[in-house]
Amino acid sequence: MKKKDIILGITIIIIGLILMFVMKLYNNSQGDEVIIKVDGKIYGKYSLDKNQEIEIDTEYGHNTVCIENRKAYMKEADCPDGYCKHQGHISKGNQTIVCLPHKLVVEIKVNDKSSGDNAKLGNNNVSKDNDSEDELIPDAIVK
Amino acid sequence: MSKKVAYCAILIALAMIFSYVEAVIPVNFGIPGIKLGVANIVVVVGLYIIKAREVFVISVIRIILVGILFGNVMSILYSLAGGILSLIVMLLMKKMKGFSIVGVSIAGGVSHNVGQLAVAIAVVENLKLIAYIPVLLIAGAITGFIIGILSSKIVPVMKKEVEKVV
Repeated sequence: MKKKDIILGITIIIIGLILMFVMKLYNNSQGDEVIIKVDGKIYGKYSLDKNQEIEIDTEYGHNTVCIENRKAYMKEADCPDGYCKHQGHISKGNQTIVCLPHKLVVEIKVNDKSSGDNAKLGNNNVSKDNDSEDELIPDAIVK
Repeated sequence: MSKKVAYCAILIALAMIFSYVEAVIPVNFGIPGIKLGVANIVVVVGLYIIKAREVFVISVIRIILVGILFGNVMSILYSLAGGILSLIVMLLMKKMKGFSIVGVSIAGGVSHNVGQLAVAIAVVENLKLIAYIPVLLIAGAITGFIIGILSSKIVPVMKKEVEKVV
């Protein structure tokens, strides 16, 4: 092993940690809506306020997304790897659950807080900024 | 020629067994979908004992066979993207001065993950997946380091054996 190997490894890990930190800060406010996309197209939008189970049946397979206490998680999936069931509970604007075999992504959308249904979250300016950025990304991708 | 075919076949079989063993007994990194990629030992070691195009053939055939046996069309696509990208990056890294097999393997691990993420983003058509890049970079560097260390122990032994045969 040479010195350059170690420099390379450490540089990549530091870049990873910095990106991780930046992404944690970006768009990390509590979300309001769950958006489920299949093949990049919106399958459905569901409020995080209401506890519910969403059955998703597509040509790729079956998934059940569960919303509980303002958090969404993948309860059931018949995909071969089952990784989506282990991605935990999500509730923030920068979090996603991905089921690759079923081409399915569960996203969290942060609504404009100035309408004021979620006062406990405080900093309105930050949420607003995040919102506008949040709008840009999906629109650019959904064909 | 027949010797070449024979040892390529042996290395493909070895890589397939590694893939299979890892599928049965996964090394858990605590993150869904992240694995060590033991089969890549064959590829990394191969870069140092046989010709680049033989490594390429071994890598592609192994991915397709493992995909047919244990995976599906999509898993072949992800593996090919990661496998081919990492092979190209490792060949370039090997040509650069100052890096040993460990550095080459780290670059391979990272580029493997980047290639797979690129395909994943294309498949689900959702750029939000870019959020996975930090964890994939770090995981790629760590798994690449482990594979590189293991490979650095294997290369001297294998080199002697291959020279005897070829």
